[in-house]
Amino acid sequence: MPPDTLTRTDAELSGLDALEIAGRQKETSRGARIWAATWPKLAALALAVAIWQLVVLSGWKPPWSLPGPLVVGEELLRQAGSAQLWDGIAVTLRRAAVGYVFSVAVGLLVGLAVARSTVLRAAIGSMITALQTMPSIAWFPLAILLFELSEKAIFFVVVLGAAPSIANGVIAGVDYVPPLLLRAGRNLGAHGLGLYRYVIAPAALPAIVAGLKQGWAFSWRSLMAGELLVVGISQTSLGAQLTYARELADSPWLLSTMIVILVIGLLVDAVFGAADTAIRRRWGVLDQAGR
Amino acid sequence: MTPTTTTPESATTAVALSGVTKVYGRGTNVVLALDRVSLDVRPGEFVCLVGASGCGKSTLLNLVAGLDRPSGGDITVADGARPGLMFQEPALFPWLTVEANVEVPLKLRGIPRAARRERVAELLRTVHLADFGRKRPHELSGGMRQRVALARTLALDTPVLLMDEPFGALDAMTRDILHDELERIWTERNLTVLFVTHNVREAARLADRIILLSSRPGRIIWSTDVAVPRPRRIDSPEVAAIAAEVTDRLRTEVGRHAA
Ligand SMILES: Nc1ncnc2c1ncn2[C@@H]1O[C@H](COP(=O)(O)OP(=O)(O)O)[C@@H](O)[C@H]1O
Ligand SMILES: [Mg+2]
Repeated sequence: MPPDTLTRTDAELSGLDALEIAGRQKETSRGARIWAATWPKLAALALAVAIWQLVVLSGWKPPWSLPGPLVVGEELLRQAGSAQLWDGIAVTLRRAAVGYVFSVAVGLLVGLAVARSTVLRAAIGSMITALQTMPSIAWFPLAILLFELSEKAIFFVVVLGAAPSIANGVIAGVDYVPPLLLRAGRNLGAHGLGLYRYVIAPAALPAIVAGLKQGWAFSWRSLMAGELLVVGISQTSLGAQLTYARELADSPWLLSTMIVILVIGLLVDAVFGAADTAIRRRWGVLDQAGR
Repeated sequence: MTPTTTTPESATTAVALSGVTKVYGRGTNVVLALDRVSLDVRPGEFVCLVGASGCGKSTLLNLVAGLDRPSGGDITVADGARPGLMFQEPALFPWLTVEANVEVPLKLRGIPRAARRERVAELLRTVHLADFGRKRPHELSGGMRQRVALARTLALDTPVLLMDEPFGALDAMTRDILHDELERIWTERNLTVLFVTHNVREAARLADRIILLSSRPGRIIWSTDVAVPRPRRIDSPEVAAIAAEVTDRLRTEVGRHAA
């Protein structure tokens, strides 16, 4: 090819590239984005507290059964200064962590095995979905018969609640790997484990994270149900504190404990949300939505 | 690689197909996608396969790439090379940067990190994307993505390139430039190219030889050598004349199915 043709092509190519790339940069600053995401949440929170206060002011229920936000806020501050709340959080979070980590291990292994083997899929594929639809609290009578009123009973129900969702996430992720990417991977020399490492696992990651997030939601709910039912083994867990507060008719304590439970749930959910967003941004799925 | 891949009968053949047949499905749903296709591609030759859609072009490339097994016949690739395959869509891994995409085949072959770096940089220069290594596929245009896919396929260091309508989804101007680019890379690297398209002008622009496939079953019905000297332009009269001839043949073939 003569040299002038070559340079012409180069210039055209860079020209086209520059035109194509231009205008794809995002301009919004980080601060503006954080503010845009935060203020609606703050506004909603303020609205909720205002409605709460109005209901209390309306005198619908006596103040000793439904205290106002100020009373509960004071109680929350007092609790934050006491060891009891922090002990409760520690007990509950330790149980959540142990149960969840175990659920993740079981869910990933079972999910991978079912996704790989047609026999296993025929055998237990639909059973996993069936397990997922079972309300976890329905497991407790059996769990208590098997393990008595113990940590083991709670653990059993937490794992049964969370592992099926995680397994289903893995199965869905592996099933929906685009066949084109599989063929490309095989042509590039990926076989067996290599195909899993370079194509299947990363392609399945968004679905797996969705399964992990759902699994967390299930395990957190099961744990709370378990702590309410299986009281007495540890005095301080958050669920046990709810039960005691009810028995003592100490509604400020009850409501402040509920707020703590809600906040923990929200924080963990935010972590999963951030992971999900990070993945989608990497994949370029977010850009299409204009975010 | 298919189990039928053996050493070549002669050094003058880069890819040899003899009596290749492919049947999909069973019972009443059988589709005879390819029927006794025989074809010898010389080393360094640029062959374009042209045919109506559904005539088995993709099937044929998949068989040569070893992604699927023929129902009958033999496929031989010189020196047991594993051909690289490019698709109409770039098929890049969206979770990896451009660099990391190109690096995948090198990693899979166990090439050490430092050597990989060098190879990736060299390949990105080859496709004029040296400045875009840190981008992600979704940040690039369609033409740029297809160039990344080309670099990734070249990273296989294979002498045989299979291309399945690689520029089918691109606009005409980008396509023209990529024709020049592909021609340059083909010459520089002494590649053997088996290029599928349904665009007869593209075939006339690129090919040393054009092969026409019939539909249902896919058979080779006609072929012609393109003697137009290179570099060529897609709008030159010589290229247009060849394209017109291929179009006529293709129309006759498609018309055969009208009845
Ligand atoms: N996996 C498959 N299963 C069944 N039929 C298939 C499959 N792949 C292709 N075919 C059939 O084989 C024929 C050739 O397909 P293909 O090679 O994709 O054609 P082309 O690439 O020329 O458009 C078509 O009739 C198509 O329907
Ligand atoms: Mg095709």
